[in-house]
Amino acid sequence: MNRLAIMKAVTGPVGDHPGRIFMSLLGIALGVALGVSIHLVNRAAVGEFSQAVRNVSGQADLTVQGPATGMNEAIYPYLANMPEVALASPVLEVEAKLPGRSETLRLLGVDIFRASRLLPLAIENGDGNPAAASMLDPQAVFLSASAAQWLGVRPGDNLTLQAGLAPVQLRLAGILPQESYRQRLGVMDIGAAQWRFLSLGRISRVDLRLGNGVPVDTFRRKLAASLPPGVEAIKPAAAGERAASLSRAYRVNLNVLAMVALFTGAFLVFTTQAMTVLRRRAQIALLRVLGVTRSTLSWLLLAQGAAIGAVGAALGIVLGYLVAFHGLRHFGADLGGGYFHNVAQATIAAPGSLAVFFALGICAAMLGALAPAIESARTPPAQALKPGDRERALARAGITWPGLALLVLGAALTPLPPVAGLPLFGYLSIALMLLGTVLLMPALAARSFGWLPAFRSVPLQIARAQLHGAPGRAAISMGAIVVSFSLMVAMAIMVGSFRHSVEHWLEEILPADLYLRAAQRVETAFINPETQTLIRQTPGIRQADFLRSSDLLLRPGAAPVTLIARPLMGRTISEILPLTETGAARVSGDPPPAWISEAVADLYGYRTGQRIELPIGGAQVEFTVAGIWRDYARQSGAIAIDRALYIQLTADWRADSAALWLESGISADAVTALLRERIPNGAWLDIAQPGKIRAISLEIFDRSFAVTYILEAVAVLIGLLGVSSSFGSEALARRNEFGMLRHIGMSRRQIGAMFGLEGAMISTLGALVGLLLGWLIALILILVVNRQSFHWSMELYPPWQLLFGLSASLILAASFTAVLAGRHAMSCDPVHAVREDW
Amino acid sequence: MRRALSWLVILAMLWPRTFVQAEIVLPHDAGSHPDLRTEWWYVTGWLHAEDGRNFGFQITFFRSRNEESAENPSRFAPHQIILAHAAISDPSIGRLLGDQRAARAGFGLAEALEGKTDVWIDNWSLRQSGDGYTLSLPARDFRLALDFKPAQTPLLHGPGGLSRKGAGADASSHYYSLPQLAASGTLTHQDNSFSVTGTAWLDHEWSDSYLEQDAVGWDWTGLNLADGGALMLFRIRARNGSVRWAGGTYRKPDGTLTWFKPVDIRFTPLRHWRSPRNGTRYPVAWRINAGTLEFELEPMMDDQENDARATTGTIYWEGAVRAMEAGQEIGRGYLELTGYWRPLQL
Repeated sequence: MNRLAIMKAVTGPVGDHPGRIFMSLLGIALGVALGVSIHLVNRAAVGEFSQAVRNVSGQADLTVQGPATGMNEAIYPYLANMPEVALASPVLEVEAKLPGRSETLRLLGVDIFRASRLLPLAIENGDGNPAAASMLDPQAVFLSASAAQWLGVRPGDNLTLQAGLAPVQLRLAGILPQESYRQRLGVMDIGAAQWRFLSLGRISRVDLRLGNGVPVDTFRRKLAASLPPGVEAIKPAAAGERAASLSRAYRVNLNVLAMVALFTGAFLVFTTQAMTVLRRRAQIALLRVLGVTRSTLSWLLLAQGAAIGAVGAALGIVLGYLVAFHGLRHFGADLGGGYFHNVAQATIAAPGSLAVFFALGICAAMLGALAPAIESARTPPAQALKPGDRERALARAGITWPGLALLVLGAALTPLPPVAGLPLFGYLSIALMLLGTVLLMPALAARSFGWLPAFRSVPLQIARAQLHGAPGRAAISMGAIVVSFSLMVAMAIMVGSFRHSVEHWLEEILPADLYLRAAQRVETAFINPETQTLIRQTPGIRQADFLRSSDLLLRPGAAPVTLIARPLMGRTISEILPLTETGAARVSGDPPPAWISEAVADLYGYRTGQRIELPIGGAQVEFTVAGIWRDYARQSGAIAIDRALYIQLTADWRADSAALWLESGISADAVTALLRERIPNGAWLDIAQPGKIRAISLEIFDRSFAVTYILEAVAVLIGLLGVSSSFGSEALARRNEFGMLRHIGMSRRQIGAMFGLEGAMISTLGALVGLLLGWLIALILILVVNRQSFHWSMELYPPWQLLFGLSASLILAASFTAVLAGRHAMSCDPVHAVREDW
Repeated sequence: MRRALSWLVILAMLWPRTFVQAEIVLPHDAGSHPDLRTEWWYVTGWLHAEDGRNFGFQITFFRSRNEESAENPSRFAPHQIILAHAAISDPSIGRLLGDQRAARAGFGLAEALEGKTDVWIDNWSLRQSGDGYTLSLPARDFRLALDFKPAQTPLLHGPGGLSRKGAGADASSHYYSLPQLAASGTLTHQDNSFSVTGTAWLDHEWSDSYLEQDAVGWDWTGLNLADGGALMLFRIRARNGSVRWAGGTYRKPDGTLTWFKPVDIRFTPLRHWRSPRNGTRYPVAWRINAGTLEFELEPMMDDQENDARATTGTIYWEGAVRAMEAGQEIGRGYLELTGYWRPLQL
């Protein structure tokens, strides 16, 4: 007997039932596709971002970076005169507001004489004449091609930007080299930028090139010790890494979803292979009798799994490329997560990682094929050749202790801390719980169906007896349902809770009647003290709270924390901030209070009552942590302090935004109109009622979860494929049983109903277990994964209606699939079917 | 961006036209004149190493006033731009080793001080110290550290130091030289450090105006004569090839001073050299007639082309030359040929 013949005997069913194999392929393909597309999109985003960072820092060895409000320019000559420094290039970064646009334009104010030795700034105006002659012109700005296109301007055109609430007129003097500056960006003279964007005396950073032979790290440490608080020396690459690490948790979450899809795909391979092997059990036993060794058989079956994996993975890579390409187009480089701004888009091929995904796909499929391969090879041929043995093959799976052990281990892992900022133990715990539950399914199926009372209806009774007597088969279908459904439930509960918490939080954080903002995330747009007085004196306004935000560097290398200065003294804090924890009342002599967000508490380990030092106004200032509040807006953390104290420390009277409370009976629209009229350039202010802000915020929330919803839908789809595949196999495997039932007088309809009822019972139990497991996973997602990834807490808020709707449609779909499969199996005549029996 | 700065050249290197009246008063006028548009300090010379090798060197610090930012209160506002060129000629290399820098004045990192010569960009500096000057110039391919001691009184080019630059009575600049400077110090290049001595020439010139419309460039030479005399000659070329203006100063060893009129001076090219890098053809050897003087200029080497596009946006020839009379060397100095690559234009 040659190998080809063996192969044919084993893989026979592939030819017989291409549809089922196709579903296994699809499962693997979807998993791989998700992984590939997330990887590609993220690679594009991080790549673009790093390139952008490189281009604005050029070939600098080190960057001395101040907070967003800038640092005193005196640091520039200090650094330039250090003997180790060969070149110091000062930069003022301005996020310039554009009147009438919500997005901002990033402007770099540079000293061209210094910067041109670090940056690719070869600018010509086309006819060979040096456009950069005008680099020193205080009216001139050079834009990247993408920025010029975005603003619709050509060299020579004027453009209007905003400083404070006043316009700044600039002239587009030239276009930056396109190959170097793909992001939206402008460059102008640093002196002109300081002057025209009201930043005299401030610079954002100084890029340094060190002398030959100066060790960068040694010098960086020496320098760090002499820098004022809030100023750090970093390698330019670190800035890119920092941005990438901010989005890392989000990316890892997406990747885990992809892994889940792959896991489900592996499970699908398992169900298909298990069913195939069961059906071919007798043939396989015959092969053994004919002298094929045990290991040859196992390897053949494994190879079959690997082949499915290879084809599926190849399909997945192609699919992943397509998804990445379109995903970039429609969702942007951060897949809606909001981490990367101003990133142009490009999908980059990555052969190395594609190979990894290909291998993962094959491994998943082989993993799925492993158990059936071992099991079928291990069975003594004589036993396998006996009729009725198929169920025995599955009886082994009825042991409960491994499943229980995995569940307990999974639960035990949940309190462990994150690893390198990632909730690895949380993910592991979810994986263990999934696996444990799947292993428990046969025992669970046997017991549950045993509890069902005897039915008078014949199809119902036969269905019950079948499930009770042969729970192994049911367990496979239930496993498919439980895996996909529990994940769907978990995501639904998590996202539902999150959305509800965000909604609630938005109400708490927006107590005023009207909000006014100079610009979003911008240093150059602010409300000056005169305007603040004007706003306060506007008729109809009962109270106006002005807010100033800036950033604080609490730990070198970490992302800066947002400092929010707002009137807090003498206020009821719980009416202003959504507090989750309040410290003891303040004792006189204590340092002034600061309220920290949950992220600050998690990242820096601060606790209520603790004394902390914050670098404000160029000095370390001591504060007492008076409370912890929930903040979904700033993942790197936020600290709120009283504005009067902030002004005392920094002499910074500016404000970015204001919360306005109106006199009773005054309409917000009327006050808005009045404000726009009273304030010079008032039309440039964003004035919004809290309802609108809430609506916009929730819209952003939904958009950023759009990708999650898609992944969820894919997981469900894979699960349903699994159900339909296992029912299909089941129906085919029981063709002879159906034939027998026909012979003893059951109608086709009755058998169809019987099979449909089996499907309904299996899926009901699967859905129940899935709900339960999903609930547990949701708790892990909320309490461990989200808290450790994003440092925010949320209240559990299960979307009951959605869950019941999902359960009902799952049961319906499964039953329907079962009926279809049963009908297909009965399409041949009963005599034929019975004859197939041994 | 680099060549883009060529407008600065135009500001920096162009000759004056407006009428300037004040006479030069030294030592105060050795410092910067920030109210005027353009100013430079320029030192050239021949250096001799102990092993007998000869080097030429040229360093120039330019100051250029930028009116555009006059109202800007920022400390970064580019009110004054400082530029510097440096080059050495080493016949064993056969071409110039050059370097250049540009910076806005400010923060003590680049300045040109008033009252005495003290001009620097980072660690490149030319400073009056005691009765002489100190030059410190660590360039990319070489380092110069030289002291200069004056052996003679300053040489004023024209009455009161006003040097006529054109037919119009208002075309002139403030211009004096320190010839026959005794130079000593070290020149480091190619991992060798040479103790050097030699004779140098310092020019200091400032003005407030532009080259006349049809002028395309100039030929200039400053020579320390072997007998202790000093000679400076220049001519400004017009677009049509004719000589637009010429002038010069000759001081004999006994101190007798002659200011030449345009008709007194004749430059006759004897030999041309074509730059292999850009094809520009420079007349590198000349017969010079100035009054009763007649001699030839022979370059230390032909390729002394200086590519200064990165700072001043131009390419010119600036090299060490010997003055030869009937086969005898009568002096050494520098020759500057501008406007051959491309016309200097506004």
